[in-house]
Amino acid sequence: MTNSVPELEDADCILITGSNTTSSHPLIASRIMKAKEKGAKVIVIDPRRTHIASLADIHVKQNLGSDVAWINGLMHIILKEGWQNQSFIDERTEGFEEVKKAVEGYTPEKVEEITGIPKETLREIAEIYAKSGASSIVYCMGITQHITGTDNVKSLANLAMLTGQIGRPSTGVNPLRGQNNVQGSTDMAAIPNKYPGYQDVTNEEIRKKFEKAWGGPLSPNVGLTVVEMINAIEEGKLKGLYILGENPLVSDPDSTHVEKALEDVEFLVVQDIFLTETAKKADVVLPGASFAEKDGTYTGTDRRFQKIRKAIEPLGEAKPDWEILCMVGKAMGSKGFDFPSPKEVFDELAELTPIYHGADYDRIEKEVIHWPCKDKDDPGSPYLHKDGFARGKGLFTPIEFKPPAELPDEEYPFQLTTGRLPFHYHTGTMTRVSPSLTHEVNEAYIELHPEDAKALDVKSGGRVRVSSRRGSIEVRVLVTTGINKGVAFIPFHFAEAAANRLTNAAALDPIAKIPEYKVCAIKIEKIDGREA
Amino acid sequence: MEYQTVRTTCTYCGTGCGVLLEVLDGEVVGTLPQKDHPINEGKLCIKGWSAHEFIYADGRLTKPLIRKDGKLVEASWEEAVGLVAKKLLELKEKHGPDSLGCFSSAKCTNEENYLLQKIFRAVIGTNNVDHCARL
Repeated sequence: MTNSVPELEDADCILITGSNTTSSHPLIASRIMKAKEKGAKVIVIDPRRTHIASLADIHVKQNLGSDVAWINGLMHIILKEGWQNQSFIDERTEGFEEVKKAVEGYTPEKVEEITGIPKETLREIAEIYAKSGASSIVYCMGITQHITGTDNVKSLANLAMLTGQIGRPSTGVNPLRGQNNVQGSTDMAAIPNKYPGYQDVTNEEIRKKFEKAWGGPLSPNVGLTVVEMINAIEEGKLKGLYILGENPLVSDPDSTHVEKALEDVEFLVVQDIFLTETAKKADVVLPGASFAEKDGTYTGTDRRFQKIRKAIEPLGEAKPDWEILCMVGKAMGSKGFDFPSPKEVFDELAELTPIYHGADYDRIEKEVIHWPCKDKDDPGSPYLHKDGFARGKGLFTPIEFKPPAELPDEEYPFQLTTGRLPFHYHTGTMTRVSPSLTHEVNEAYIELHPEDAKALDVKSGGRVRVSSRRGSIEVRVLVTTGINKGVAFIPFHFAEAAANRLTNAAALDPIAKIPEYKVCAIKIEKIDGREA
Repeated sequence: MEYQTVRTTCTYCGTGCGVLLEVLDGEVVGTLPQKDHPINEGKLCIKGWSAHEFIYADGRLTKPLIRKDGKLVEASWEEAVGLVAKKLLELKEKHGPDSLGCFSSAKCTNEENYLLQKIFRAVIGTNNVDHCARL
């Protein structure tokens, strides 16, 4: 997030898109509701009438994968009406003319045709967002899990810069992180092109710094992403895979393909707290510890350092994951893994990570610190881009709308989108063994529009077979007006009816390499029309 | 009976709510919200209130496992870690560093993510390091 969570409360307008905030980030949703109580306008642009959408001042259901079009459409209206923040554009940004030209063709009429958003509503949204004192954009995987994920995010950045709704408190472009430490693991370079702190592996000077710190030569080549590694196994290039605390057999797109790769890889290590579907394929399984059994730090979605503290001993012979990794490093003959506790690991990583540099292990015990925090006297940065962008001037990028990779056709006439429920978490390894949560929902289902349900002759509780070009699952039906005709939704937590048997793994965003989970084409066949 | 609460951070989503784990005689028995936490200010969602429930769930791994004759069987730490180190070094020797890769974890700590990428970058010599941020 460019801004911190508590700041949301003082926004005048909050534009939420591709985030089921009440379901996936309930305590951020409650901040948004506080803002609404204080008079903020809440706008939700989402293909489903989620709970947050039902509480919003304005909710519109855009067609799946049409985000660039409506964002360009908002910019078109803002420029036509002169609602842009010209002094911000002149002083803080570059590339404005190109974007101005690019959005010229996105007339409200054309945008309505592509997105299904009525042109009057689009104008209303443009006016509220542009004219409010502090407008904040909140988004999640509904924006990023598209072949145009990067385009979508850049378009939101264009919109924020056009209106100067960034670099001040309660504004900004704010992605919500789905996992407790997805921010921290990205900061710590669990990504193939960076060293910790977003320092390029291809930059020779940076690489030399890390070679010196780690005592050996490092690869100058960008590595493979998760999806590319799975493909590399099938191509015979990747022989060994070490999986820490992930369940790609359920979480990754096209599970059938992932399953085969995990069976084919020569050596598979899985370190986890449960014998997950993925761990069952392993050659070696190492028992890690839950958050209650170890010390360490997480970095929250708003770049805030947080501690976890050991409450109990690890179960059985399980060990804290940091300790296991030190054992493996040492067993491989390396001297760089002699750490008595997480504190010493944090000291080393903070030394090498400029954005973490000032946040020492004891300081984060007492203070709320958001990175970047460059030295011991730096209070940290609740919001970014105050006096300038990381690259100097904010760069506008002209973006054209592109349709999703897989569109409905005669054989697969419906569009599928996926998401989370409030009661479950990702592949369900933790929540589906929690009695209070399984009590709420413990089965996958498909949301269908009443007219589609009628045409299929099914009612809520009936069963259908849902198939795509990749696979097929059976689920119960939930009929709802909260979704457009021709669109269906399945929550992805349930391994026995995994939505990712259906999703389109082959379609990746060309830059972020994110799979297009949020749109694919499916067919639906009735098994039982009514609840058995 | 010994009862204490341990201040920590919820392990579910990236919001980062402050929780108190209730520990009774060495066993976690409940989760409470931290009243003074800047994010959740004394509130939690249903997952947060239930954050301790999976800790003792059936199926928790408590011993290292090694595949022998097609089946996963219990092993000692020494044997399991030794096998991991040996096989990774062998594959590196035989097929080069880029024949190996890892999926790190958005559920694990900063320190753990740092250590795993350090093994792959510094000891093995590949940048085939990623995690589920995209998923």
